[in-house]
Amino acid sequence: MKIAVCVKQVPDATVHKRIDPATKRLDRSGEAALNPTDLNAVEEALRIKEAQGGEVVLMSLGPEKAVDSLRKALAMGADRAVLVSDEAAAGSDLLGTARALAGALERESADLVLFGQASGDGDGAVLWAAVADRLRRPVVSQVAALTVEAGSVTGKRQTEHGYDVISAPLPAVVAVSDAINEPRYPSLKGIMSAKTKPQETLSLGDVGVDAGAAGEAGAKTTVLDLGAPPARGDQVKIEDDGSAAQRILDLVVERKLL
Amino acid sequence: MKSLVFLEHYHGALEKGGLGVLSKAASLGEATGVVLGEDAASVAAGAGAFGASKVYVCDAPELASPLPQPRVDALATLVEQTGAVAVLFGASVLSADVASGLAARLDAGLNWDLTDLSLADGELVGKRPALGDTVLVDVGWKSGPKLALIRAGTFDPAESGGTAEVESFETTFSDFSTLATLVEQTQEESSGPSIEDADIIVAGGRGLGAPEGFTILEELAAALGGAVGATRAVVDAGWYPYSTQVGQTGKSVSPRLYIACGISGAIQHKVGMQGSGTIVAINKDPNAPIFDFCDIGVVGDLHQIVPKLTELVRSRG
Repeated sequence: MKIAVCVKQVPDATVHKRIDPATKRLDRSGEAALNPTDLNAVEEALRIKEAQGGEVVLMSLGPEKAVDSLRKALAMGADRAVLVSDEAAAGSDLLGTARALAGALERESADLVLFGQASGDGDGAVLWAAVADRLRRPVVSQVAALTVEAGSVTGKRQTEHGYDVISAPLPAVVAVSDAINEPRYPSLKGIMSAKTKPQETLSLGDVGVDAGAAGEAGAKTTVLDLGAPPARGDQVKIEDDGSAAQRILDLVVERKLL
Repeated sequence: MKSLVFLEHYHGALEKGGLGVLSKAASLGEATGVVLGEDAASVAAGAGAFGASKVYVCDAPELASPLPQPRVDALATLVEQTGAVAVLFGASVLSADVASGLAARLDAGLNWDLTDLSLADGELVGKRPALGDTVLVDVGWKSGPKLALIRAGTFDPAESGGTAEVESFETTFSDFSTLATLVEQTQEESSGPSIEDADIIVAGGRGLGAPEGFTILEELAAALGGAVGATRAVVDAGWYPYSTQVGQTGKSVSPRLYIACGISGAIQHKVGMQGSGTIVAINKDPNAPIFDFCDIGVVGDLHQIVPKLTELVRSRG
């Protein structure tokens, strides 16, 4: 079983994120980390590999320095990493990102492609369906429990109304929810061995994508302007000294919510 | 602007999320709707009251289960046939996958998590909160068809009293689109008041400490005439039914008052309740993220504060 896990480097949660007013893109210059919910996908891949054998390959699109973040997932136990990194890919929207990832995935021909729930920077939880369409493979998303059997996957998908159990033949694309597992911490041995695991960096050309079909040039969406959000009004934060219940009631009454 | 709005239906009724987007689309120009799947024809006409001039329906067996890929096939066909300039979706677990798959299929731009739509010189512009809602970004499309996924709960359905013509269409399905199949469906029904329609929601998370913690929330909700909600963490732990789950999975709610008790405010939960009018948070951890997006945040013990608040509400008569 060959499992490809799509992961993304995002600004570290402790970094104050900003959008560069000149490029209108997220400033990615500071400390970075692996998108936290991607770790659930890595964990799930490792569990499948441990049960059935096979290989776990990390796939990512991002700047050169994303290799640092990939190393963390290698330390968890993934076997190798493939990074698509190309100046021309900067500013890619959903279409460019999906095209580049699908191109890289096609080279690997994995049996199973896994995604995490959402990216910590763009808040988007949509990429997998676009990648699945490009790969012409079935997709199951929002999966809280996954079973992999000979030739097929079955996922328990959480929806607004309950659970849908969905089955699909391999090769397939699955996006897991962060309810699926608790990602492991890398062991010291894992951290040491990660340093020597194979990491490959590919250009857009390597994955069969024209420079004009990704990045800013290939984007079909555009950022027009940046502004401040409407204020939530006066935010109040208090320590309870016994009067908090009254303070809450006062606010609720003042706003005519009762 | 001629737009096509994806309308989901469940148990014989059109879902509020899509109808809200339809109402907004109708305020911006000619709006049509599309309903796919079983009973599509019987529910479609209802969209006329919310501003659709026409509703397209397709009721192929491939569309019976709530799976995204056959819907991408159907929408791609319809967009081609109708020349829709914009295709709009109210965000749901299903519609997000449909919108994304359609973007790839049509090589069309998709902007998501939008909290408003408007026209500037006749061109569609979306508003998108970014970086934990600290920046509001105006987003556009370089070409059509323009795909937009609207944050759940953004627009309320507004009845205009119109009528819609219903037109059925046919589509063909891609070989890979019908490979995924629905094996089983579990629908969890709630016994108490529905959180989707409640004006006031009292919600609990892990900070309740134990399933029994919900008792004091139920008492407060009863006193306020509201409903009880829960986070995914406690629903997963079996403390409260799935039908009350608020979040990215679960329900998206936008009551006038949301009282979050022992809820840290993870993004998973925030997505489902950030559209609420007034948000009150009670949490013993002063660093809980929920304090960044509430109107009044109380650092303290909910087991003290909630019963006291219930008493105060009751004593008002």
